[in-house]
Amino acid sequence: MIKFIIKGILRDKSKSLIPIAVISVGVMVTVMMSGFLNGIFSDVINQNAKLDTGHVKIMTKPYSENKEQLPNDLALLEINELIDSLNYNYPDLIWTPRIKFGGIMDVPDALGNTKSQGPGMGLAMSLQNKESGELQRLQLNKSLKKGRLPERSGEVILSDDYATKLNISTGEKITFFGTTMEGSMVFQSFEMTGTVKFGSPLMDKGTFIIDIIDAQNMLDMENGTGELLGYFKDERYDDQKALVVSENFNAKFQESEDEYAPVMVTLKDQNGLRESLDMGDAFSGIFIFIFILAMSLVLWNTGLIGGLRRYNEFGIRLALGESKNNVFKLLLIEASVIGSIGSIIGTILGLIFCYYLQEVGIDISDDTANSTIIMPSVMRAYITPNLFFIGFIPGLFSMLFGTALAGRGIYKRETARLFKELEV
Amino acid sequence: MQKQLIILLISIQFPFLLSSQQIDQKAFNIIEKIDKNMFSKTQIVTSEMIVYGKRKKRVIRSKGYSMGKENNFTEYLSPEREKGTKMLKLDDRLWIYSPATDRTIQLSGHLLRQSVMGSDLSYEDMMEERKLSEIYTAKIVQEDSFNNTPVWIMELVSKVEGLAYYKRTLWIDKNKYVPLKENLYAKSGTLLKTTTFTEIKKIDARWYPMKINYKDMLKDGKGTDFVILDISFDSNIPKEFFSKNILKK
Repeated sequence: MIKFIIKGILRDKSKSLIPIAVISVGVMVTVMMSGFLNGIFSDVINQNAKLDTGHVKIMTKPYSENKEQLPNDLALLEINELIDSLNYNYPDLIWTPRIKFGGIMDVPDALGNTKSQGPGMGLAMSLQNKESGELQRLQLNKSLKKGRLPERSGEVILSDDYATKLNISTGEKITFFGTTMEGSMVFQSFEMTGTVKFGSPLMDKGTFIIDIIDAQNMLDMENGTGELLGYFKDERYDDQKALVVSENFNAKFQESEDEYAPVMVTLKDQNGLRESLDMGDAFSGIFIFIFILAMSLVLWNTGLIGGLRRYNEFGIRLALGESKNNVFKLLLIEASVIGSIGSIIGTILGLIFCYYLQEVGIDISDDTANSTIIMPSVMRAYITPNLFFIGFIPGLFSMLFGTALAGRGIYKRETARLFKELEV
Repeated sequence: MQKQLIILLISIQFPFLLSSQQIDQKAFNIIEKIDKNMFSKTQIVTSEMIVYGKRKKRVIRSKGYSMGKENNFTEYLSPEREKGTKMLKLDDRLWIYSPATDRTIQLSGHLLRQSVMGSDLSYEDMMEERKLSEIYTAKIVQEDSFNNTPVWIMELVSKVEGLAYYKRTLWIDKNKYVPLKENLYAKSGTLLKTTTFTEIKKIDARWYPMKINYKDMLKDGKGTDFVILDISFDSNIPKEFFSKNILKK
């Protein structure tokens, strides 16, 4: 039967060419957009998780309320004890401290006077503790543009743009000037060992990275941290699991009278990500729905034209005694085959475009140069397994829906008038 | 007829013009008297800055030397972390020396708006040593009392470009010609800081506040106290105190 239908489709191209072309284009756009939106959302989540939010984050309550100001005077203290307890209670997660702090980076000339300087944002993380997994997590090796990563105490890496702005080369000395956790003035000299490109305009503008132990000593934050980040051991963010962990943790401190009691927030509950990602999901759903509807209308119209063209054929088949149900059934099977062919072609084309967008991407760094949120500077698509079948949903559905609407006319034909109509 | 009309108009307006000029002159005389109290050719001040942090308070002791409005040198005496840190201001340039790194850093531009040691004072605040009468126009807004002391409430508006505070409202002690309170505003009208002057003492022939509380209105907390332990006016200060060489000595 299928073989017979395929033969019919191939031999009579006029009944299949336009629907296949329409479905191919529709499916291609659906696959491409799904891959692209997937890529953007995944990149936003991954970048935020890696650079800022973790999968979950623990801060003191007042710190979390003012975190934009990097209030290290409200930092978490006695974190080693806290990490021990977290490791025991939540074994699925790895915990790592991060300190963010602001200050001025000053490059000296040969006489020790200021050669260049600029405000910067410091990020302290466990670089020397290999068990923390921070180097792999941030893929700093891959992001390295010049020199090497810090290996010893007293070494710093700068974002490449920041190093260019400060006119500093690897191996040169640079002095941090800022304030400690309690507000004392602090000067600390570092050796600049290399530069990195974070791929986020916000971070690339003026970020430097030092080891957490250096930061704790420099900022008088021994056994303390601004933020304690938790990552699931499989490195995949699961919103449901994160919510369960955070609710369980926060319940323990709900009644605490300690002004500096810790509070845990999930990735999506930071930086307005939940709203943005939920809105993105909703938009992509609406987009696919509108696309299916538009394609169905086009295919309905194509089906109607095809139905009119095949008016005689259906008439003869009905006159020869074929049941209306059978004609309609065969029409739907034919539509399924056409839909499948269109979906396969559209999926292949969509995947080709996705692959291109995955490898090359769209550079938006100029448009996001002044962005205040962490987002990638290159928007990329990601080819995921669901892209191989997602196009078949609108492709098949719209073809079947369009054909079903157009094919209703078969049931309006009256057998008694068939021969008169056919002028046999 | 036209000539007579002009004479008539002038004669009607003259008493008002005279009265407004007299008021302006009175306001100007008041701020000149404030300047006489608050400014001197040289000053040597030993002070404590008390910074009220969220978790604990810090007391930073320093000794400052100033000459005129351009030159200022401050050496921090305690606590241990700050000891030996020196600041030198010459005109509109500021250098900070750190003994720990043996580095001298020059601050300029918007970096001067940063807080000094976590206090409610910015470097810009510390550098502002120009006489009020030179940089602001003044008018008396109201006569009132403040903490049972009769005061003039005066409004000062910047008459030069580039000041940290475009407008100031001052509560001036009518008898001592010393401000008791000051509100500092941005050009947009936003209240940026409030300063309260207490423990007014007579030193030589001038009245001077020995305790000043600075409150940054854009920050939480109860501000920063600046307590003067010892002050001398118009003493002789060697010129080398206002040279960059002093920083590394």
